[in-house]
Formats: sequence, C-alpha cells, structure tokens
Amino acid sequence: MAGFLQQLVQGLGAGAIYASLALALVLIYQFTGIVNFAQGELAMFSTYIAWQLTAAGLPFWLALVTTLAVSFAGGMLIERVIIRPVEGAPELTLVIVTVGLFIFVNAAAGWIWTFLIKDFPNPFPAGALEAGGISVSFSTLGVLAVVGVVMGLLYVLFRHTKIGLGMRAVATNPESARLVGIRVGWTLALGWGLASTVGAVSGVLVAPLLFLEPNMMGGVLIYAFAAATLGGFDSPMGAVAGGLIVGVAETLAGAYVGFIGSDLKVGVPLVIILGVLLLRPQGLFGRAVVERA
Amino acid sequence: MSNPTETNAAQARTAAPPPPPAPPPAEWWRSARWRWGAAALLAAAACYAPFQLVPFHVFQLTMVLIYAVALLGLNLLVGHAGQISLGHGAFFAVGAYTAAILLEHWALPYPLTLPVAAGAAFLLGLAFGVPAMRLRGLYLALVTLAIAIFLVPLLKRFEDLTGGSMGLTLAKPAPPAWSGLAEDQWLYFLTLAVAVAAFLLCAGLLRSRVGRALHAIRDNEGAAEVMGVRLSVHKTLAFAWSAMFAGTAGCVYTWVIGFVSPDSFTVNLSITLLAGLVVGGLGSLSGPVLGGLFVMFVPGLAQDINDAAPGVIFGLLIIAVMYVAPTGLAGLAGRLIRKIPRKE
Amino acid sequence: MRVSAIGCTALLVLAVAACGGRDQGGATGTATSGGQCQGQQTTGITDTSIKLGGIYPLSGPASAYGDIPKGIKAYFDYINAEKNGIGGRKVEFVVRDDGYQPPKAVEEARRLVEQEQVFALFQTLGTPSTTATWDYANQRKVPQIFVATGASKWGADTQHPWTIGWQPNYISEARVYAQYLKQEKPDAKVAVLYQNDDFGEDLLGGFKRAIEGTQVKVVAEQSYEVTDPSVDPQMRNLAQSKADVFLNVTTPKFGSQALAADAKNTKWNPLHIVNNVAASITVLKPVGFENVQGVVSSTYYKDPNDPTWQDDAEMKLYKQKMEQYAPAADPNVPYHTFGWAVASSFHKAMEAAACPTREGLRDSVRNMKGIAVDMLLPGVTMNTAQGDGFPIESMQLMEFKGERWELFGEVIDTRKEFGPLTS
Repeated sequence: MAGFLQQLVQGLGAGAIYASLALALVLIYQFTGIVNFAQGELAMFSTYIAWQLTAAGLPFWLALVTTLAVSFAGGMLIERVIIRPVEGAPELTLVIVTVGLFIFVNAAAGWIWTFLIKDFPNPFPAGALEAGGISVSFSTLGVLAVVGVVMGLLYVLFRHTKIGLGMRAVATNPESARLVGIRVGWTLALGWGLASTVGAVSGVLVAPLLFLEPNMMGGVLIYAFAAATLGGFDSPMGAVAGGLIVGVAETLAGAYVGFIGSDLKVGVPLVIILGVLLLRPQGLFGRAVVERA
Repeated sequence: MSNPTETNAAQARTAAPPPPPAPPPAEWWRSARWRWGAAALLAAAACYAPFQLVPFHVFQLTMVLIYAVALLGLNLLVGHAGQISLGHGAFFAVGAYTAAILLEHWALPYPLTLPVAAGAAFLLGLAFGVPAMRLRGLYLALVTLAIAIFLVPLLKRFEDLTGGSMGLTLAKPAPPAWSGLAEDQWLYFLTLAVAVAAFLLCAGLLRSRVGRALHAIRDNEGAAEVMGVRLSVHKTLAFAWSAMFAGTAGCVYTWVIGFVSPDSFTVNLSITLLAGLVVGGLGSLSGPVLGGLFVMFVPGLAQDINDAAPGVIFGLLIIAVMYVAPTGLAGLAGRLIRKIPRKE
Repeated sequence: MRVSAIGCTALLVLAVAACGGRDQGGATGTATSGGQCQGQQTTGITDTSIKLGGIYPLSGPASAYGDIPKGIKAYFDYINAEKNGIGGRKVEFVVRDDGYQPPKAVEEARRLVEQEQVFALFQTLGTPSTTATWDYANQRKVPQIFVATGASKWGADTQHPWTIGWQPNYISEARVYAQYLKQEKPDAKVAVLYQNDDFGEDLLGGFKRAIEGTQVKVVAEQSYEVTDPSVDPQMRNLAQSKADVFLNVTTPKFGSQALAADAKNTKWNPLHIVNNVAASITVLKPVGFENVQGVVSSTYYKDPNDPTWQDDAEMKLYKQKMEQYAPAADPNVPYHTFGWAVASSFHKAMEAAACPTREGLRDSVRNMKGIAVDMLLPGVTMNTAQGDGFPIESMQLMEFKGERWELFGEVIDTRKEFGPLTS
C-alpha cells in the first residue's frame, strides 16, 4: 500500500510540472484562440535568463522578479513583431509560425548557452516530508503550492476583471470585440506577455527537477497538452486538475501495467487526449461551445 | 482540379485575396495550351535531368519527389478537407516499415511492397479516421502529434519484427541490366513513376465527387451536410487516402535509403512535413512539389547561412515565408503571375 | 498559376542540370596515384592539402553533439597554423548537419563524397546515421574513419572494411563494470536504468552477457525514451527492487536526473555506477558534489573539468589552443575534448599511412600498434589488427571523491581481459 501511495505522490509531483506549463497554454488559448507550440521553449528561454542573472550574482528572488518582467515584455514583443504580421491569417499559418518559433528559440538557446546542463538553484529547501512511510519532497510541495497560487490568480483574472472579459471577447470574436471598443491588438499582446510570464514561472519551477538544458521543456509539452485538453482549454482549474490526473495516470500505468512499462508510457497522454475529445470534447472543466451552423 | 476557380476558392479561404476577374473564354484556351506546354517541358526536364546531374543531385531530386508524394497526401487532408495533422510522419513510417518488413522477413520482390504498404497505410488511416472525424482543427493536431510521438517507442517494442532501435538494413532495388541505368538513376525513375501516378490519382480524386465533397466540407460543414454530403464518410475517407499517399512515399523511401530505424521517423518528420506543406502552399497541386523542395533544400541552406546554429535560420525562414506568403509559395507564385499584365 | 509554379520547378531543375554534367562530377572522376601506391585513390588529397568531411547533428534535439566538430576544427587549425598540417598537408574539415536523421545523413554523405570530393568521411555521428551511410561509403571505397558511436558492429563486421569506430564500444565498457562487480561485490543485485535505443541496449546486453555464469544478477531494469521529461518514475520503480548496485546507462541530462533521484532517496543507497557518456563533471556538478560521492565510472580520456589534469602538458596545450583557435567555444565542454582527441588520432593514423591514399588510410587505421594520442589517459593507446577493428579498448575505473574523479586500479585492456569481441 505504501508503495502504491508513494507512486501516487510521485505522479502528483510529475503532474504539478505538467500543470504549470498547461496553465500557460490555457492562458494563451484564452487570449488568442491559438495553441502555442513554442510555449514550452519560451519558458525554457526565460529560465535561462533567470539562470544568467543568478550566475551574474543576483539573489534568486530578485532574479526571478526580473525574469518575470523580462518575460512579460518579451512575450508582448514577440506578439508585436512575430505574430502581428500574420494576424488574421488562417489558424494553420499561426500554428506554423509558432512551430518556426519553437525551432528558432530552441536553437538560439543552444547557441547562446550551449547544451551543457546548467546548475539551476532550487528555491525550495532540500529534503522531504515523511509521513506514514511515504516521503514527499519539499520541491514537489513547493511546485504544487505555486501552481495553486498561479491558478487562483488566473481564475480571478479570467472571471472577475475587465481584462478577462475583454480577452474572452477577443478570443471569441475579434471583429465584434473591436466594434465594442476593445483594443484587440493590445489584448492579444497582453495575452502573449502574461502567458510568457506564467511560462517563466513554470520553467523556473521545473528547472531544478528536470535540469536546465535547451530540450528541457520538449518532453513536457505533450503532457501539458494532454493536461489542458483533459481539463478544458478554457479553464485554469481544469489545467491543474488535468495535469495532476495525467501525471498520476502516467506514473501508475508505467509502474503497474506490465504491457505499458516505462517505454510506452508516452502512450498515456495519447489515450487521454483521444478519450477526452471523443467523450467530452470540452474537457472536464470546460464549457461546451454551442455550435451555430 | 484543372479548373482555376477551384484553386481560387482555396485561396479565398486561406487569405482572402481579391478574386481575379474571371478570364474570358479565349484566355481560358490559351492558358490551357500554355499549361500543357509547361507540363511537357516539365516531363522532359524530369526525364532528362538524371542523365545530366551527378548522382548526388539525382538522389536529392529523388528525395524531393518522395516528400512531394507524402505532402500530396497531407495536402488532401489539410488543404482540401481542412483538417490539421501533425502526425503524418507516422503514416510515412508505417509505409516504410511495411516495405522493410516484407523485404526483410518475407523477401518479397520490391515492386510488390508498394501496394501492400499503401494498403496498410490506407487501412490504418481509415481506423484513425473514424475517431478523427469527430475532432476538428487544433484538437486533431494534438491527437496526431501524440500519435507521432508514441510511434517511436512502439516501433522499438516489437523488436523481432521491426529490428528494434537498431532498425533494418535492406538491399536497394538493383537496376535491371536491360535499362543500362546506374543505381541512382533507376531509383529516381522508380520514384518518378510512383510520383506521377500519385499525382494523377490525386488529381482524379479531387475532380471526382470526393473532391467536391471535401471542398464543400472545408468551406462550410453545415451547408455541405444540408446539401447531402455525408460528413463522416468523406472525412474518414480523406484521412485514409491521405495516409495512403504518405505510406506510399514511405515505401519508396525504404527502397531509396535502404535503412529504416525509429530515429528516422521522429515527431520532427511530421512537423517538418506540415511546415513544408504550408510553406509550399495548401490546396494546389504544385504546393506539395514546392514543399518537397523546401523540406529537402532549406535545412542545407540554413546551415550555409549559419554554421553554428542552423536551427535558428531554419526557424526564421519558416516564419519569414509565412509573412511574405501567408498562402504558401504556390500562392505567392500565383500572385506574382497575376501581377504581370497580360498582352491582348 | 498552378502549373506555372511547377514550371518554375522545372526551370530550377534545368538550371541545376546546366551546372554540371554527370561525368565531371564525382561519379567516375576518381583520381589515382602513381609510384609504389600505383592505382590507389587520391581524391581529396594533394601534396599540400587533405579534405575531410564530417556529419553531425547541428540542429534538432541531439544538437549537443554538435560541439564535437568544434574541437576537431580547433585541432586542425592549430596544426595547420603551427605544425604545417599533417606532413605538409593542410587539413580542410567540412562539417555538415544531419539533424540526427538517417536520410539526411545519406544526403550529406553523398554531398561530401561527390560534390565536395573529400578524401575521407571523418566521423559520422550516431549509430542510425552511420548505419544508413556505411553501405554507401564502402561501395564507393571511401574511408569512413573513427565514427562517433560506440556500437560494436563497426569493429566486429567484416563486410565494411572502409568503416571503423574509435571510442571504446559499449560492450567493452559493460565488461569493465561486470569485471569490477565480480571482484568487489561477487553477489551483487543490479538495477539498471537504460536509454531505450541502440546505445542503451548494447551496453545492457553486453553487461548481461558479461555476468552470465556469475552470482551477479540483474534484478530490475527500466528504460526511458529521450523524449521523456524525467526519469524520476523509473528511479522510483528501481528503488523498490532493493538492489545493491545501480547501473546508470544514460546520456547527460538523464544522467543528472538519475544521480539526483538516487541522492534524494535516502532509503536506497546502492553502489552507483554511471556510464562514461554521462560521467563528465558537467553532469555531476548540477547534482551537487556532496550528493555524488563514491559514484563509480570508467573513462579513457581526460576530462577538462577534472583538477587532476590541471598541470598536465597535453591539457594545457589543449586549453591554450582552444582559446586561440576556437575562442567562442568553452574548452571545458567534454565534447570539445573528444573532438580534439579524435582529430589527434586522425593525425597519427594519417602520418603512419604508407601511402597518402584512401587505401593507405584504410590500411593504416586497421593496423595500429600502440599509437599514443593527445588527451587520452596515460596507458590508453590505439591498437588494431587483422580481425580487431576496435581502436580503443582500454578503460580505467574511477571513483568520485571530493570534487574530482580519482582513477583507481590499472588501465583495463578489455581485449586482454575478456578476449576479442565478436558480434
């Protein structure tokens, strides 16, 4: 039993990592209506900035705040410079632009910082909480706590602020939003900025666990997609719940289902995405979109 | 697909350029003749090239044709049925592995591997098409992306059949003695034959009821359904046909490269294919060819520009093409041609 | 419009066609030499130059290995500028990117051989890319020298005399660990984490064969994919096996993760053996030196991060020349060191060749007797002979103490200890 519970805790730890990136995906989807394939790479790049700052001698928390600010500005800049020229182009064009961005950012990080693993400081104390034969590391608890806080902030932003309202209007129908006086361009830029900031939080959280190198987020992305799909692309709570479920499902399947084993674990997000989309396309927490043909 | 208004419809959907004035009947005729002339020129060039080029360039052209066939299939799905697939590398791999396994374990003569590989990919596409028809846009993209990622460990799992992570090494088809061709030339002509057949089949498909139904679905699903197009059947079939072309390309790939391994078919292949298609141009028949050229030549070009990090340039080039030509290179070429004033 | 685009393609094809006829390319135009080396191929080599081509992943997920050619280039630049090249021949090294994709590797190999007219393919990286190209290289009789992969087939195979490896193959490395366990922990229960590809399977398979008939047993094994975000779940599963030895068969990032997971789990404290690929100080440092004390590995070349070699003459030369000829590259990256050492190996092999021809190089690398190479461990030399196509087969065990690896025991010649390797 203790073994099973330990696996469960292990799964939650992995799930917290997926949830943190899924939050950024959900955020950008809410603002702009696109799935950003480069989200993980942007998070990785932000983490390198944080690493560079701490390596230059800045205290961790100051470096973190600076990184978040830089990421916000960088996200807005990317929207203004890279996304703006293809605004209004078909969805697929935008997808391909984010794919191009993915390749670019990944290669640029390797070029600037090499592919050697960087020593990223852990904001949480070492060691673990022991209870009933199960140990939960402080890092896992810390990640869960931060993910919870970010989720709460996003919930408030989405539901209880004017920005959130405008953002939902833009994502649903940019033309109508413009007509009622919403500055669509700025809202989109804001979305990219915020998503980059949330991504930076994610990167800084996971870097001590996964070790910082340019491909750090590549493997996380598909799990984060599964998490966002499971929870619903329009719900921050869903992203977190989805992330935790995906993490637990993947860990348990790898440990206890002999056929899956550790090599076919990556089939778990596939099954989850497919299952959710077929049974409940809006996700666990999402709102169903009523189609008007 | 010979009707220019159809291509224009595809463009109107993608970027809504101002529709050109319908050409008067006389221009029609002239343009058709010009088209035949261009096709004849192209055919002559394609047959002449391998006797002029060094084997290395012949090999490159062979690979362009292989990618073009795969993109043709992807185009059917993305450009004509309006569904996004980020997993077409998986169908490509299924075709490649089917051919490799038949050659390795059953020592089948290589021409027979083509129909089997195409058939296997078709059936698999059909199987995936059933759930896929219920998914739209980005969701389908995510599912197919997950399939592409999952394929690699799956290929490694069935080691007895697939050779595991070591892959399978196969002999390449030898040119028959009567042809007097070198190996690279023979492989090129094999590929060319398959590619021409695939293009004709695809053009025929699009001209048939299937093509019209797909365009109707892409342009307005609701309206298509009201008009009596059976959405589920056509969407599923589009997936299956599309997979079949990718599988065919995979089979020819095995002939030409003579080696398959899971590392040859990572998710990067799928992403590169989709990027190549969008860059080449959706919804036209020349898009896949231009996309094939892009997939083949641009990574090398990127390295020539920046030796230290070719990925930086490759990523930027993808973004740049999307700026200059949101409808792809084929669309750009079309726009440029239209800008040339016509002589009366 | 549609066909016009195809027409453009046609014109492009024609334009390319106009660039060069089939005959003047590499198809038939191989140069041959006179004198005692009568009739041997001299493509890509003159009295004053040698042209080499290498294929590495400079883009894509395996780009980390793209640092190897930087070390090679620095070495060749250095000998070109200060040593008048190799026997008066200046080395030109052309590097192409395959993104770790076998079809791309085939294309680049053809480009190098037919268009660039290189003398030899000096390194192709990775087992898949090398497997995809070695038939071609051997058909064309182009040396494919010192390929950067530790698969055993480069040495064991008899059909491809033009292809040869360099680094100790993974099976030999596995034998070193097996030998160590037989002596130190004769009834060890081993848990293995391995990368699910040719590298992981070769090493694990070699280890299993080497412990056959002994009391050393593999009690648990877990694999991971290079696309996995983390190996933590695998480590959790392995910990449950209660094994007393942990064999860590990983590449750098996953090596760090596994070392960290082992350190974090205070209830499971096996003897940790990490394979050479992940044994660099750069892998251990992010985990924290205090967490990796007593870890065992083996090596054959000098780690630039290891203070042991601080005053070593070869190391000083390496660092100084790297700074001079590759100022943008960090000499502490072990891949640069690897490149430097393999370039030095080429230098020695080429010098020893009886004829400055492709055949001469092929015969030279297959007949090396105790050739010493810069940056290899003292006592590690290159040896090949009829039926032995493995240049380096000696390794030395080491244990991590304080902030450095400490070598212990003798240099183990796996050939002598275990007999020749046959696939």
